[in-house]
Amino acid sequence: MAIDKFLTIESSVVPLPIENVDTDQIIPARFLKATTREGFGENLFRDWRFDKSDQPKPDFVLNQNVYSGSILVAAKNFGSGSSREHAAWAIHDYGFKVVVSSFFADIFKNNALNSGLLPVQISEEFLSGIFEAIEKDPATKLKVDLINQEITLLTAGEKEGFEINSYKKECLLNGYDDIDYLLGLKDVIEQFEQSRD
Amino acid sequence: MAGKTLFDKIWDAHVVEVIKGGPSVVYIDKHLIHEVTSPQAFAGIDKRGIGVFRPQNTVATPDHNVPTVDQHLPIKDQLSRFQVDKLTENCEKHSITLYVLGHPFQGIVHVIGPELGITQPGMTMVCGDSHTSTHGAFGSVAFGIGTSEVEMVLATQCILQPKPKRMRINVEGELLKGVTAKDIILYIISKITASGGTGFFIEFAGSAIRELSMEGRMTVCNMSIESGARGGLIAPDDKTFEYIKGREFAPKGADFDKAVAKWKELKTDDDAVFDKELTYDAADIEPMITYGTNPGMGAKISGRIPVEQDIEKSNLMSFNKALNYMGFKAGDSIVGKEIDYVFVGSCTNGRIEDLREVAAFVKGRKKADNVTAWIVPGSKQIEKQANEEGITKILEEAGFKLRQPGCSACLAMNDDKIPEGKISVSTSNRNFEGRQGPGSRTMLASPLTAAAVAVSGKIVDPRTLL
Repeated sequence: MAIDKFLTIESSVVPLPIENVDTDQIIPARFLKATTREGFGENLFRDWRFDKSDQPKPDFVLNQNVYSGSILVAAKNFGSGSSREHAAWAIHDYGFKVVVSSFFADIFKNNALNSGLLPVQISEEFLSGIFEAIEKDPATKLKVDLINQEITLLTAGEKEGFEINSYKKECLLNGYDDIDYLLGLKDVIEQFEQSRD
Repeated sequence: MAGKTLFDKIWDAHVVEVIKGGPSVVYIDKHLIHEVTSPQAFAGIDKRGIGVFRPQNTVATPDHNVPTVDQHLPIKDQLSRFQVDKLTENCEKHSITLYVLGHPFQGIVHVIGPELGITQPGMTMVCGDSHTSTHGAFGSVAFGIGTSEVEMVLATQCILQPKPKRMRINVEGELLKGVTAKDIILYIISKITASGGTGFFIEFAGSAIRELSMEGRMTVCNMSIESGARGGLIAPDDKTFEYIKGREFAPKGADFDKAVAKWKELKTDDDAVFDKELTYDAADIEPMITYGTNPGMGAKISGRIPVEQDIEKSNLMSFNKALNYMGFKAGDSIVGKEIDYVFVGSCTNGRIEDLREVAAFVKGRKKADNVTAWIVPGSKQIEKQANEEGITKILEEAGFKLRQPGCSACLAMNDDKIPEGKISVSTSNRNFEGRQGPGSRTMLASPLTAAAVAVSGKIVDPRTLL
């Protein structure tokens, strides 16, 4: 079942300069009752985004019109906590294609890659540079080039490379998913089972 | 050539194939599923028109969404009921063993796995839940996965995973009185931070770990992931084998002896090398409690909330945000803080030993009037055992009531929600903002500390009451 092919993205940015953003903030547990993958974006960052009476909180970044785009930039240790893939689905469903941070939690990173959401890990310095640029000009754009594994701060022209394993890169560029790959290995898996008996 | 770590031995024995420049294809021995993270995975294999590859290797139970009162009645919350019914439907369709609500084996997945003897040394185990690391207490490689990965395991009994690095944490010496397994792991996370374990699989070792009961070891491995680690494990020993013996799905008779002989080989070689190794002195560990909004924000209960100077500069913003959320001030004394709720339960501390510890403490004492206490057993079997051992009665005499099994207020997906602004001392595993209900404030602690707090009505060092 193919995921969307990932192409080079050039977009303005939504900054979230908060560290240790955990999965319960990304999507609180009470919104995990759905049995489909769609619609989680509505409750993305629910308790930071809305007050008790479901009114938008004006100080939260997703409620500020000045910020928009398909790239979310967050401070270090993004996505810690639960294994809920719903966190990656919520970010993707909201309209983000890329999350940039200086450090990602392991399970979140796997889940994002499996959901067609690209986690881009960059240095602390480059991350600070992005936050500063956005503070000066909220329309600041980033370019994320998966083929060349490069992220560019467009106004300043500053670039940094990022890591991704070549298998996952292939998957994202071509829209393959891991299950297709594993299903192609059925014989090998059966042989493995027999070799253990 | 250097020897191998226990983790490497188990992992390597399950690698079907290594993808060049990518992850490994790892074979999974046991797969546990529950109602919240499996429906989209079943929908995925249905859409592909394929079945479950090895249905006998998956076991299911509803736990996250279930009420902890009146479980004999239909679930009131429509969405929860639908999700639980969907699990039943999917398991029936794909011939997967399921312990429905009310079944004598139902409970929190990570409690019933060990309890039924499903969890065994040397296995690879996964579940769409981060606390799958609990099973590492038996010397298995167990870790949480996302729903796409649940689908992979249903479809092929395999998963694609990059191999984590290896870390060993040794805790040496004797624990002080009143210090428990929960305090050990809260202490470790307070030292290495909530992201210090990221990228690693942690082996816990040392005399203080060996001395722990299986329940205690499960608590430690359960929360290993709160340091960001992929999982934690402990080499199996006689205590492990004794625990497994005679359980429902444990090997029996000669098969058991054969299994034990194999399990005994499961240990790290003396000359094995870890990417990182840390050693702590057990005597330095005191009863711990968290004051902030991630499990790394823990302190000795007898101490004070840190001040800005104690905090690394890059963590200052998180620290101040957390104190603001909790309504605490830097440098405040922790003991004496007023609290509203006590929650004893979860896959971290909802086992029989935890209930025994609470009962032993509250026996002959009374719950404080200002405290609402929820005591939730981890499984139907534990509930039954608590009744048979007289624990339920002791709790009732002290003003507590045992609820029915489930994840409950650990993540507040059911009705067990801590109200906004209220402080809960909880034996669970996460103190994130709103974790126990929107606006709730959580302080993580051991069952012994929770019991002492429930009786005192405020934060108290349990050692002063022993």
